Amino acid sequence: MTRKPVDTGSPDRLYTVTGGRSRADGFFDLVTLVVSECRPTPGMQSEHARTLELCEHPTAVVEIAAELKLPITVVRILLGDLLDMGRITARHPPPTRSAASLPDSDLLKEVLHGLRNL
Amino acid sequence: MGSAISELPSHRTPLADAAETGLKIVVVGGFGVGKTTLVRSVSEIRPLNTEEVMTQAGVGVDETGDVATKTTTTVAFDFGRISLNERMVLYMFGAPGQERFWFLWDRLFSGTLGAVVLVDTRRMDDSWYAIDRLEHHRTPFVVAVNRFDDDTVRHSLDEIRQALALPEHVPMVDCDARVRESGKNVLITLVDHLYELAMAQEATP
Repeated sequence: MTRKPVDTGSPDRLYTVTGGRSRADGFFDLVTLVVSECRPTPGMQSEHARTLELCEHPTAVVEIAAELKLPITVVRILLGDLLDMGRITARHPPPTRSAASLPDSDLLKEVLHGLRNL
Repeated sequence: MGSAISELPSHRTPLADAAETGLKIVVVGGFGVGKTTLVRSVSEIRPLNTEEVMTQAGVGVDETGDVATKTTTTVAFDFGRISLNERMVLYMFGAPGQERFWFLWDRLFSGTLGAVVLVDTRRMDDSWYAIDRLEHHRTPFVVAVNRFDDDTVRHSLDEIRQALALPEHVPMVDCDARVRESGKNVLITLVDHLYELAMAQEATP
């Protein structure tokens, strides 16, 4: 926890990166896996270009945020742009359940199997 | 905390191209209890740090407001990952357990499979709030007791269960967060618990 908050008092950079927007639609979960559908093009916003490079292989939203050193909210907005332009695809986690319900036992069995084989 | 020897590569290790399902679990506990140590011991990547900026209201930032005057809170957290197979990858998030972070926690980690509450017996009071919130949200969890070398008064798991007023159905496990096999055992204890719960739920139509 040694990093300084990016935002406190000076949100200018984030404001610029997102073109002034400050709301993400929640479409991208922390562990949604993002895959590039094209290479960066000249003149593209640098954060977009960097995201496309990172996502040459599937990359979770939270990893993109860590690599770009940007808050997750900002990354969600950038990803929304790229998705709208058809430059990425998103592989979502299993559908969000209500808080009290559990994932499918078959899925959990697969998780257990994976952990035991580590 | 610094005693875990990391052999993890410093460069980025990409996931398999077939990776399609991201899953998450949360490790909660008081400051200095070893959350990041646990994540590091089982993660295939060096733990990364990221942050979320949120409004105090806890809902989306409204679009018309003046960004500069908003009351925002930044919460930073560490995470690691485990590729379970070619298709599935499990992310582990170390979340601050303090009361003032919990409205953020609710949003950050919605959809988590379950949680590990990491407990330091020298500071058990730090675990109360985390356990209370998890029960409130009905997030399934296990309690892992991180045994520190200088823990001279070694309480049994039963004693700790009593001290924390933990119901019988919540699994408890001893661990050494620095040791990979031990950390792995904690995760298996959690997912085993989730599996049992899911089977029981599926058996009752």
